Amino acid sequence: MAQIKLSNLRHSYMPTPKGPEDYALKEIDVTWRDGGAYALLGPSGCGKSTLLNIISGLLTPSEGQILFDDRDVTALPPDQRNIAQVFQFPVIYDTMTVGENLAFPLKNRGVDAATIKRRVDEIAEMLDVTDMLDTRASGLSPDNKQKISMGRGLVRDDVNAVMFDEPLTVIDPHLKWKLRSKLKELHQRVQATMIYVTHDQTEALTFADEVVVMQEGEVVQIGTPVELFERPQHTFVGHFIGSPGMNVLPCEAKGDRALFEGHEVMLEGPTHGDGGRTDLGIRPEYVGFGDTGIPAHVTKVADIGRHFVVSAMVGNTPLKAVTEHNAPNPGSHVFLQFKPEQSRVYRDGWIATEERV
Amino acid sequence: MRTENQKAWFFVLPVLALVAFNALVPMMTVVNYSVQETFGNNQFFWEGLGWFEQILRSDRFQAALGRQFLFTFLILIIEVPLGIIVALSMPRKGFWVPVCLVLMALPMLIPWNVVGSMWNIFTLPQIGLLGYFLNDVLGINYDMTQQPISAWITVVVMDVWHWTSLVVLLCYAGLVSIPDAYYQAAKIDGATPWSVFRYIQLPKMKTVLTIAVLLRFMDSFNIYTEPFVLTGGGPGNSTTLLSIDLVKIALGQFDLGPAAAMSLIYFAITLLVSWLFYTLMTKDDAE
Repeated sequence: MAQIKLSNLRHSYMPTPKGPEDYALKEIDVTWRDGGAYALLGPSGCGKSTLLNIISGLLTPSEGQILFDDRDVTALPPDQRNIAQVFQFPVIYDTMTVGENLAFPLKNRGVDAATIKRRVDEIAEMLDVTDMLDTRASGLSPDNKQKISMGRGLVRDDVNAVMFDEPLTVIDPHLKWKLRSKLKELHQRVQATMIYVTHDQTEALTFADEVVVMQEGEVVQIGTPVELFERPQHTFVGHFIGSPGMNVLPCEAKGDRALFEGHEVMLEGPTHGDGGRTDLGIRPEYVGFGDTGIPAHVTKVADIGRHFVVSAMVGNTPLKAVTEHNAPNPGSHVFLQFKPEQSRVYRDGWIATEERV
Repeated sequence: MRTENQKAWFFVLPVLALVAFNALVPMMTVVNYSVQETFGNNQFFWEGLGWFEQILRSDRFQAALGRQFLFTFLILIIEVPLGIIVALSMPRKGFWVPVCLVLMALPMLIPWNVVGSMWNIFTLPQIGLLGYFLNDVLGINYDMTQQPISAWITVVVMDVWHWTSLVVLLCYAGLVSIPDAYYQAAKIDGATPWSVFRYIQLPKMKTVLTIAVLLRFMDSFNIYTEPFVLTGGGPGNSTTLLSIDLVKIALGQFDLGPAAAMSLIYFAITLLVSWLFYTLMTKDDAE
């Protein structure tokens, strides 16, 4: 168990990077608490797997340090960092039984047979694979294989951190949630620091205490699922998290108001900064319908079961609203009301309003 | 109620016809010869299983069969491990990959009789580069035209030179298909290079290795051209392998009956040993 600290971390796959665009990871500074559950969330190619491989030691960063409990491990190879990693595709030693698979990391470290047996039995019980211990691992279903690769990580009791690199990619949808809750349960039992890489917001938000959202090699926001949803620091976070994502509408800002398509919108607080591309950000959940407000023309209504997603046009700008009942008909004219404490202005993508205290 | 329908058999007919023309019909002529005696003029006399008995009992056949098994055994025991070692030491990515692959493929592209001639000229004791070097520079008494041991070493080395590449290329194909995650997981699990080989690389190479062993067995067991061009089966009969002996009987002595019987025995042994190899090497997968 350990606290993990990444300090001024940068990485480039090129031998002589010139500008910031040559870096797959740009300036990362984070500290992860011992025993926490974290997720790295971002679209493909945002650098999250690179970051994971740097933490596990499969990659050496171009610049910066990795500290486990204030001990610099930047130069250490993976097997000396005491970390475990679960990969996208289950890694199984085909010729071994399930039990031998689980015992493998301990055997390599010269642990005595009695301890190996005790640990393997413990882990097998945790993962519900006790009755499979003597079967050949090659014949297992993908979800059981993935459980075994997880088990190989957890079997060592000196693990500093367990990393997951999109571990549910090859798992059938109906088994995904089962394995996900297993993971959550395991986290509570073993109390190891866990880092989970995914591009799936549901996986990230259900697994993690804290989510790190990345885009193009940069950390755009670190926060609890609620924080990411309620107050995105960047339009990317607003758009990437939530379904549908946050509306990002071009506007002009003055004081604590925004001018959107000629209509004045109250904001959560005063804006700061000047110039740049100015956008109004509001989640569809906080766009309501009323008798007065911003006139809009409804173009489409989608019934997705729990609620309706209403697509509308305000002037020439499309936006979305979510309502639980009384959805307007397509083609009708309605008035939209933006919830002031959830309306914010973003300059060049970054938040530019202050919360009113 | 399930209705049985036998119409599907009609779909097999074209294949059956094809196989009949390219395998069964030619083979039946061999079977035909193997049970009869002929003195030409299209006159045949029934011989029964006599030729088979004669061949199986003959010292000449038994000696040739022994040499054949020894040759194939040496080929497999050298080429398979060597092929694995070379494949493991080849680069997985980068500029040198195509270079290595082409270099490996080159020996296999040379026609068999050219390989025989090349090695013949190369190893002749007085004028050959290797023959001269061994005898006159290193002072080793080497003459593959006179000494059975020298002849054997030359034939085996020639085959290793010619065909190890096949094992290398097949194993290499198996190796590059292993995802990086396996090596990364092994690193994290603290596996030694030997464990990586034993538990990741070898199991993943198993399918291609089975093919490699089967191909090398069949090719080396049926080998004719190269040793024939190199040594002509000599000195004496020391490198007369089964196929060389067969050609001597069939075309040299024109004993068609015994030659046909020997062909069938030869074929049966090849088939039986191939089946044994295949069954043994795929036994674990069936479990």
